[in-house]
Amino acid sequence: MGALQSSPGRPEYSDLAEKTGFSFEQIGVLHKRFKQLSHNEETLRRDHFNEIDDLAFNPIRAQIIEAFFDRRNFHQNGEGKVQEIGFEEFVVVMSHFRPPSAHMTEEQRGKTRREKLRFLFNMHDTDNDGIITLEEYRHVVEELLSRSGTLEKETAKCIADAAMLEVASISVGHMEPDEFYEGITFEHFLKLLERFEIESRMIIRFLNMDTTTLCK
Amino acid sequence: MLRCGYALFWLLGSVLLICVVSPVKGEAVVTREGSHLKLSESSHSNESQHGHSSNITGIPIISFKWHHVETPYLVAFWVLVSFLGKLVIEANHHVTSVIPESALLICFGFILGGMIWAADKVQTFRLTPTVFFFYLLPQVILDAGYHMPNKLFFTNLGGILVHAVIGTCWNAASLGLSLWGCQMGGAMGDLDIGLLQYLLFGSLMAAVDPVAVIAVFEQVHVNDVLFIMVFGESLLNDGVTVVLFNVFDAFVSLGGPKIDAAEIIKGIVSFFVVAFGGSLVGLVFGLLISLLTRCTKNIQIIEPGFIFVLGYLSYLTAEMLSLSAILSIVFCGMCCQKYINANMDENSVQTVRYAMKAFANGSETIIFVFLGISAIDKVIWVWNTGFILLTLLFVLVYRFIGVFFLTWILNRYRLVPLEFVDQVIMSYGGLRGAVAYGLAVMLDENKIKEKNLMVCTTLIVVYFTVILQGITMKPLVMWLKVKRAAVTEVSLLEKLTNKMFNHTLVAIEDISGQIGHNYMRSKWKYFEENWMSWILMKPSARKKQDQVFDVFHQLNLKDAMEYVTEGERRGSLEFVRNENSIIDFKKKSESESFDINNANMSNDHGAMSTTSRDPIPSVSLEMHEQIMKAVREAEAINAHHLLDQHLYKSRKQHRHRFSRSHFDINRDEKEVQEIFQRTMRNRLKSFTSAKMGVKPPKTIVKHTQKEQQQKMPNGKSMDKAKTSYSGDEGSEGDSASGYDQSYMRATYRAGAGIENPAFMPDLDPMDLLQIPPWLGESELDSSMVALSHRAQVDLPRTPSNLRRLAPLRISTRSTDSFTLENIPDTQQMDSDQLQPPPPPPRPPRDDGYV
Repeated sequence: MGALQSSPGRPEYSDLAEKTGFSFEQIGVLHKRFKQLSHNEETLRRDHFNEIDDLAFNPIRAQIIEAFFDRRNFHQNGEGKVQEIGFEEFVVVMSHFRPPSAHMTEEQRGKTRREKLRFLFNMHDTDNDGIITLEEYRHVVEELLSRSGTLEKETAKCIADAAMLEVASISVGHMEPDEFYEGITFEHFLKLLERFEIESRMIIRFLNMDTTTLCK
Repeated sequence: MLRCGYALFWLLGSVLLICVVSPVKGEAVVTREGSHLKLSESSHSNESQHGHSSNITGIPIISFKWHHVETPYLVAFWVLVSFLGKLVIEANHHVTSVIPESALLICFGFILGGMIWAADKVQTFRLTPTVFFFYLLPQVILDAGYHMPNKLFFTNLGGILVHAVIGTCWNAASLGLSLWGCQMGGAMGDLDIGLLQYLLFGSLMAAVDPVAVIAVFEQVHVNDVLFIMVFGESLLNDGVTVVLFNVFDAFVSLGGPKIDAAEIIKGIVSFFVVAFGGSLVGLVFGLLISLLTRCTKNIQIIEPGFIFVLGYLSYLTAEMLSLSAILSIVFCGMCCQKYINANMDENSVQTVRYAMKAFANGSETIIFVFLGISAIDKVIWVWNTGFILLTLLFVLVYRFIGVFFLTWILNRYRLVPLEFVDQVIMSYGGLRGAVAYGLAVMLDENKIKEKNLMVCTTLIVVYFTVILQGITMKPLVMWLKVKRAAVTEVSLLEKLTNKMFNHTLVAIEDISGQIGHNYMRSKWKYFEENWMSWILMKPSARKKQDQVFDVFHQLNLKDAMEYVTEGERRGSLEFVRNENSIIDFKKKSESESFDINNANMSNDHGAMSTTSRDPIPSVSLEMHEQIMKAVREAEAINAHHLLDQHLYKSRKQHRHRFSRSHFDINRDEKEVQEIFQRTMRNRLKSFTSAKMGVKPPKTIVKHTQKEQQQKMPNGKSMDKAKTSYSGDEGSEGDSASGYDQSYMRATYRAGAGIENPAFMPDLDPMDLLQIPPWLGESELDSSMVALSHRAQVDLPRTPSNLRRLAPLRISTRSTDSFTLENIPDTQQMDSDQLQPPPPPPRPPRDDGYV
């Protein structure tokens, strides 16, 4: 953590580039942004994220910020939360949103798809037991709908419940009234979002240009 | 099916011949009457003169005034003929699955044109630019704009614009220059066409036609991105075409030498003015519509009209200002769709949707039919093999080159590049259509000597692209394995994930400091939600503006519907309702007792109870109640609707005609009584016919009383209730009229739920003056649901039916109503025995039961 120097040169970028697939320019841009966010410190803390103005309107801000501090998203089989992240972790989390390269085998495509979905899954599964329980799901949905201003909390709850029931009916099939569906496993999650073309949608254009001056 | 289709077809043909011949006859009459009119192809001029020339000799009782109604009559008739043509074509599914409908309609037009030609020796009818651009095109385009998937469109706007602007210019220039080059090379003989005229021709041929594209792509179902690229291009390139056409038209009038740099710059400037001006007019009108629909609450019946009228006005306004009319109406539709859907009543929204489709589909049909008819005209056919074939070739080849080149550039900037097969389909989907033909007909014959050659070539290109490319499109799409559009079903989870997802993307862009699509979209959304919606949307409508909630609502409705259908399948709606209330009751008491047991728990018992009662499936239980709640409301509506449809409907519907603005269900007492009595009669008939098998009630063979009494013991072996009418099997049929009268006398309490006449059959003649027990309970009035139609038909008279209806008895119909039903039979029997008793032959099926 924080292995990189404050002004890394090209050589330091190269293994990051290999690990994440970003180009040197993109890493350079991201590094600038990192320093801008952390006020030239080595690490980023949660308060730094909270300072981003544009993020203030985002209903699921908390989930997203947590995702940056979640060891599961660092590609290293860790678990639990961290308090601060270095540049490497920052880039690794970002790399979940990298557009896929044009020439990909079917297998690679499946792998990216899995990774991206895993990221999404982790955002729901806060206690890291591999299952999105109703409570967890409700929490996310309530947050998600909280900003719309017109839906009451009760409605959000209903919607979450209905979605959960839908999931149950899709993944388990017919349920007897006294059966209990404990939550969405990752396998179910994959199956449910089969039609959701995540590999071509969960992407962001990372420019080679530096736009940090425009966007505070 | 096929033969029926042919029969219809010939019927249609003969009807058409009559239609064609009759104007000729009319004109012949005019000539004979001594007016010095010749048989002219424009029948309009006859009309006025005929009016003057006829001298009145007396009051005619019947006069045949064909010319009085000619124009509207012909219009209406042509519409009818086109629609019938479509009907015939659509009847043959195995044909339309191979050949697209548009191609078939054009062929249908050929046949019609041939008939007219045969009858008239001159083509009386053809698609004129005025009719096409003013009366046929606007609604098709308005529909396209109104149903445009906005998000998809704006996501791909860059690509669409590049193709629409640069691609079209490229098509026009390359076609014009190449043809000119070929002429210079001597490939097409002696033609009097200059370079500018070639460019003019190129510009009218350049545009991909929205009508043709919709018609063909609609049946192919390619993936969304591909569709929006082709379709968006076809809509937007109109601005370019109109400008190019006007500029070159002006250049041709000016003549080559007078064109200088200033004129060319003016031309380029005018492009931007026309395109952006047109869009702006559309936006203004769109906002106007949205604002208007905010306050149309009191004139709900005509509020859908605003959309059509203002949409059309936006088209005309743009045309008046010589801006791009098509762009104007497209943007008008796109801009207002969200707000009017939110502002207007649900019914009005449906009306707009259907009316829009009806207009668009109708005029599309007419356009294609008339494109076919226009071909059968000797005047326009000027054959020049070189010119025509070269045009065809260049149109196709340059389209491919343009699309591939532009997509190659675009793909360097696209996140998800367009694949090779997509590009092939995009190029191949460059269909030309009626717009090109309309523009070609508008050419000035004085300035362009070879106008007819150009019209004829345009028609050939149109036929080639629409018919040949249209037919081969589907096989090509299959063969290339183009990604098809997924059949999407609304799913709450997907909707939620989608929403979550969008927010995540925005957040990541925010964090990484990139300004991308998502960033822009979120900013726009913020602006839109806070400002646009606030101004353009009703406050009440703003609340419902949540897609997730929308889906939730839809799914709930669907569930409710299924619930009702399920109940109906089992025989009665009451079944559903009853089960409902039982469950509800159980749950209520359960949670109450639970509350008492855990009195020390927190007040938030909804959440608490689920968590503490963990082994019980929390999801399903909670949800069950939620869904039930929604079901109950929706079901009331549904059940009502169902009853309205299946039961009695004649009178209520007559009523609508008296009032244009209210759809109240009538509460007139006399009418209510009439409904009641009629229903009774119907019910009675169905009782008796159900009982007697299929026999009508009056065919009753006379039996002796003895015979009847002999039967009694047979019946007595069964239980008492059954005996009481097993001996009375047929007498009831005879007494139908008597029954009827007693019902007629019935005084009925108005307002006790007459809208639901199915309750009535349970009334018995002897009970008529007192309120039946189940109607007496006031709250049942709204909550009680009668037997469904199916259950009502075979009524509980025979013992077997009795058994079948056993589950019904636990439903709202109380048991005493059931036993009551048997009482009249016993009484009836007594009275029948006083009259000449007509005991029936026992229907054979009854023997089995005894």
